[in-house]
Amino acid sequence: CQHHRGQETQSPAAFPKRARPTPLSPLHLWGSVIALPASAIPVHPSPALCCPGCRQRVCLDRGMDITQLSYPFPPFLPPPRHPGVHLLETVSPALTPLPSAPLQDIRNTVGNIPMEWYQDFPHIGYNLEGKKIYKPIRNKDELDMFLEKMENPDYWRTVQDKMTGADIKLTDEQVDLVHRLQKGQFGDVHFNPYEPAVDFFTHEVMIHPVTNRPADKRSFIPSLIEKEKVSKLVHAIKMGWIKPRKPKDDTPTYYDLWAHEDPNSILGRHKMHVPAPKMKLPGHEESYNPPPEYLLSEEEKLAWEQQEPAERKLNFVPQQYRCLRAVPAYSRFIHERFERCLDLYLCPRQRKMRVNVDPEDLIPKLPKPRDLQPFPTTQALVYRGHTSLVRCLSISPSGQWLVSGSDDCTVRFWEVCTARCMKTLPVGGVVKSVAWNPNPTICLVAICVDQSVLLVNPCLGDKLLYGATDQLLESYAAPEEERVQPVQWVTATIEEHSKGVRLVVQHSKAVKQVTWHGKGDYFASVVSDNSNMQVLIHQTSKRWSQNPFRKSKGLVQCVLFHPIRPYFFVATQRYVRVYNLLKQELTKKLMTNCKWVSSMAIHPGGDNIICGSYDSKLAWFDLDLSTRPYQLLRHHKKALRSVAFHKHYPLFASGSDDGTVIVCHGMVYNDLLQNPLLVPVKVLKGHAMTLDLGVLDVLFHPTQPWVFSSGADGTVRLYT
Amino acid sequence: RGGSTRGKGCMDAACLTLIAITRRLCILKGIYPHEPKHKKKVNKGSTAARTFYLLKDIKFLLHEPIVNKFREYKVFVRKLRKAYGKSEWSTVDRLKDNKPSYKLDHIVKERYPTFVDALRDLDDALSMCFLFSTFPRTGKCHVQTIQLCRRLAVEFLNYVIASRSLRKVFLSIKGIYYQAEVLGQPVTWITPYTFAHDHPTDVDYRVMATFTEFYTTLLGFVNFRLYHSLNLLYPPKIDGQADVELKPAEGKEYAMDSESYLEKLSALSASLARVVAPTHEDEVEMDEFPVEGETAEQMDTRKKEQEALEKHKKLFEGLRFFLNREVPREPLAFIIRCFGGQVSWDKSLCIGATYDVSDPSITHQIVDRPRVEQQVVGRYYLQPQWVFDSVNAKLCLPVADYFPGVLLPPHLSPFVTEQEGDYVPPEKLKLLAMQRGENPGDAGLRDEESEEEEEEEEEEEDENDKEEEEEEDESEKEEEMKLKKMEEQKTQSNKVTAGKLRLEDKQRLEQEQQSEEKRLAIMMMKKREKYLYKKIMFGKKRKVREANKLAAKRKAHDTAVKEEKKKSKKARRA
Repeated sequence: CQHHRGQETQSPAAFPKRARPTPLSPLHLWGSVIALPASAIPVHPSPALCCPGCRQRVCLDRGMDITQLSYPFPPFLPPPRHPGVHLLETVSPALTPLPSAPLQDIRNTVGNIPMEWYQDFPHIGYNLEGKKIYKPIRNKDELDMFLEKMENPDYWRTVQDKMTGADIKLTDEQVDLVHRLQKGQFGDVHFNPYEPAVDFFTHEVMIHPVTNRPADKRSFIPSLIEKEKVSKLVHAIKMGWIKPRKPKDDTPTYYDLWAHEDPNSILGRHKMHVPAPKMKLPGHEESYNPPPEYLLSEEEKLAWEQQEPAERKLNFVPQQYRCLRAVPAYSRFIHERFERCLDLYLCPRQRKMRVNVDPEDLIPKLPKPRDLQPFPTTQALVYRGHTSLVRCLSISPSGQWLVSGSDDCTVRFWEVCTARCMKTLPVGGVVKSVAWNPNPTICLVAICVDQSVLLVNPCLGDKLLYGATDQLLESYAAPEEERVQPVQWVTATIEEHSKGVRLVVQHSKAVKQVTWHGKGDYFASVVSDNSNMQVLIHQTSKRWSQNPFRKSKGLVQCVLFHPIRPYFFVATQRYVRVYNLLKQELTKKLMTNCKWVSSMAIHPGGDNIICGSYDSKLAWFDLDLSTRPYQLLRHHKKALRSVAFHKHYPLFASGSDDGTVIVCHGMVYNDLLQNPLLVPVKVLKGHAMTLDLGVLDVLFHPTQPWVFSSGADGTVRLYT
Repeated sequence: RGGSTRGKGCMDAACLTLIAITRRLCILKGIYPHEPKHKKKVNKGSTAARTFYLLKDIKFLLHEPIVNKFREYKVFVRKLRKAYGKSEWSTVDRLKDNKPSYKLDHIVKERYPTFVDALRDLDDALSMCFLFSTFPRTGKCHVQTIQLCRRLAVEFLNYVIASRSLRKVFLSIKGIYYQAEVLGQPVTWITPYTFAHDHPTDVDYRVMATFTEFYTTLLGFVNFRLYHSLNLLYPPKIDGQADVELKPAEGKEYAMDSESYLEKLSALSASLARVVAPTHEDEVEMDEFPVEGETAEQMDTRKKEQEALEKHKKLFEGLRFFLNREVPREPLAFIIRCFGGQVSWDKSLCIGATYDVSDPSITHQIVDRPRVEQQVVGRYYLQPQWVFDSVNAKLCLPVADYFPGVLLPPHLSPFVTEQEGDYVPPEKLKLLAMQRGENPGDAGLRDEESEEEEEEEEEEEDENDKEEEEEEDESEKEEEMKLKKMEEQKTQSNKVTAGKLRLEDKQRLEQEQQSEEKRLAIMMMKKREKYLYKKIMFGKKRKVREANKLAAKRKAHDTAVKEEKKKSKKARRA
């Protein structure tokens, strides 16, 4: 650069940075060394500067090099007049070698490298002679820095030279330069960036051409090739081969498209075609002036707004305008048309057969309950006395006495006709089940209390009868050789005997059900156990018990003797197994389709069984028909607790947790081809709901069409 | 999207190339998805929502010759884009001149093999054309389409006027609904109110444009056929006589002739030229053929219906209307002309005005402003709703309710036919009574009378209520007496009082018994039938509930209005 070269001798400070290290000519070097003190060489001034106004350091860009920036311009650092003094000023005292070497050059020769490479060393580089330049010792702490900042008036213009580690005070010119650069101005004060531009060519038309080259010949002689082409076209036009383009008429032409309606053109497609349903026609609410009742109230409007757009019944809010003039445009008009278009081509179409049935026709035609009388219709008597839930009921075969067992640890004997409590037997435990001996010549009641079954002579009715029963029990003679029994038969103590207890059958676990065989000698008990000892069959006359099953088939819910034949029914949670006691084999397994069987009753004919379940179903089995239920009745809303058949009348009843007893007519015909007829005839209500329990047990009177029910409210009710 | 009943090969290669243009094709050919019978089987075991087309339908699309035209068009667009990119303007011009075009005539014929089929599907076509004809001539879709839509719509309106087939009109908040009976088929369409559209951004105008493309073709052919069924020229020409009348005075060119033709046509004020000059003798008396199994009564009713229809068609015959400028001109002119009335408007409003405001023969002037200064004697000033209500009521309604500035009676939808058990607004009841010919009197008087009656009725009702209350009181007293007696009995335990005969309401007992029987029978229903039964009953109950709700709302509103009236009356008295 000429500038540079001209001023080189004056001030070598403006050397390009690259030329700064060794490869200078000795003369150059010498000159520079001699002429310039170290501090004056603008090598790597620290990027930090201080603003004189606020005395805060202003950071320059790290990569910015003042020397580089000032490169094309005249040097800004005049040679100091007293180099030695200057040197002393700027170089830290530790580095100042000797007063005799004021002209020592301490330029660093490491080059343009990141200075942090020397971070961990005591020196900072090497000088021209290859000796280490040591870092100035800095023992200033924060406080010193602060004091200096506060006291030194030149602090803001002091920067640290990274290459030497020395502090440099910027001169006024340098500060000025920095300010100019910060403002984005040129470094050179005298440089004018807006010099007038001189066009290379003038825009005015001159009389002389720019070039004086003569035009080509071909530019003024007609082209033969073109002539040939044109003549060809002309010939084609003359011959009529090329015709001028007809102006196109875009307007469609219409004609009678259906002039010849051909019945053959109706294809199978058209018969299969499902025409799109027409848009729904508007109702009163869409009117611009609807009757006032169709306008939405505030709440309805709010509800409308909160609904999903797809769920809304109306896709607009009905509105009323006083006159036609006030009606605005409907903002969703285009939307609706568009949605209709989408429906037309994207919605699957389907022919749906609408069931157009009269709901009355769906109701099955059943015989009228009035024609199926007698059945219990009204509540006649309430037997009060128990203080807790009455779990179980049983009735004497004559139908005169009723026994009920309750959670209040008593068993009460009632006279049926008068609702009078004849006797109260405290048993010292929750009574789970009671069963009156069905044999009319025996007056005996089996009661389940805890782990034992009590055989109680209630001493009610004919004195001869209950006396005979006692005699029968006393006539027992113990067999000669003791046999191993699953239970213990214990004769009642005198105290117990006075209360009526005659025998106690002690089980190993709690007993939950007891049921008599029709003849009145055998009875079965169910123990809540998980082993094969769940069901036991006892013979009263011989005081002999046996365990009929070798294997457990699940949790037994209840057991039942067949009224006529030697069959034994065992209901587990989901199945009812029918065993032949004589042959000692499984005859049948009934699938109840219920989750949990609660109770079971058998038709006196012995061919039909009903099962109540806790999932509020009642399954009627026809044993001759199938192992699946003949009918599954879902009359109750809650779990069924018990079911019962009447001995003579075609009636059965079910009691449930919803507090109702439903009496149904269940006619079984002698004709095997005719299926049983099941008709619900009466819903009996009366029991109050207690602890979410309603009716716990139902029972029919042996001779009359009456039904007893015991409930969680501590009462027994008779419906007649 | 191609769905098939078989698992594999639901889409072949040709189908794949089609996918881009399938949408257009489906729209044009009227192919719609189907709901498969076994969704899981078709959808590879998943139940996710997918659209299924019949493979047969897709194959049917492949045979369409228009597919090739679509491909040509695609190539054309590509070439055009390239020419634009290279700024080769002469190529652009040449390409544009050779723009491939296609016709949808055969598709119309294929989709609607008979004319009646086309008429049945006309609703959407008309609504769409009316909507497109209101679009601005900029952006959104081609100007030609808009003009074509406008032309076809106007032609259809002219046909309806000429055939007098309009039956019902309805001013809704969405737009104006019209229902015409075209060759025995009810055709319903909706037109938006004439305002500038606020074009929504979430609407795909290409889909709508494709539909419109088909609909315009369809409507054009339908119009042609309809015009010819009335012996009218198509494209329609205004009757020579009327044409001369319509011509503006010399030196005042209205517009270019080509444009003024459509304008004149859309004025809807002139009758159309016929192929054969109409002669009044043409109207043949229809012979009557008694249908077998039809009783005389049915015949009579049919005859009566026919007469009523004829009468309805001539509803405004002999009346001369004048439309003020604030009234929507086109719908009103259309309706009035449809029922034989004469209509005119201000000359500066639109071309085709036939007489002036000052014409003394004007019988009705339609006005939609709070009051009219300088009323001319001898004509009714009415709000536009009168025209609509009269058309729906099939008779000229009493005018008193529709004077300018008067609170209008509710505008009811003519499309609702109330079944038994539905809620019927009282206005509708009044209207039905009027149609039967009851209460032919001055409306205002009748209203007052009815109000008085209502008041009386209310009083009576009040009395009834009182009586009921008294009865209730009595019954309560009786119960109290009983209780007292019981207590007495308890206290004097040994005393035996004479029993009282308890009367049993036999009817009620029977009802109870029946309802119980029903309940028991319902218990015995099968699960599926029970579900169905419950559903039906739920629907019925909901209907009743809604009707009751509306009735209660109306009652509350009426009482509120009445109270306000009373208050104002009292205030006036005071």
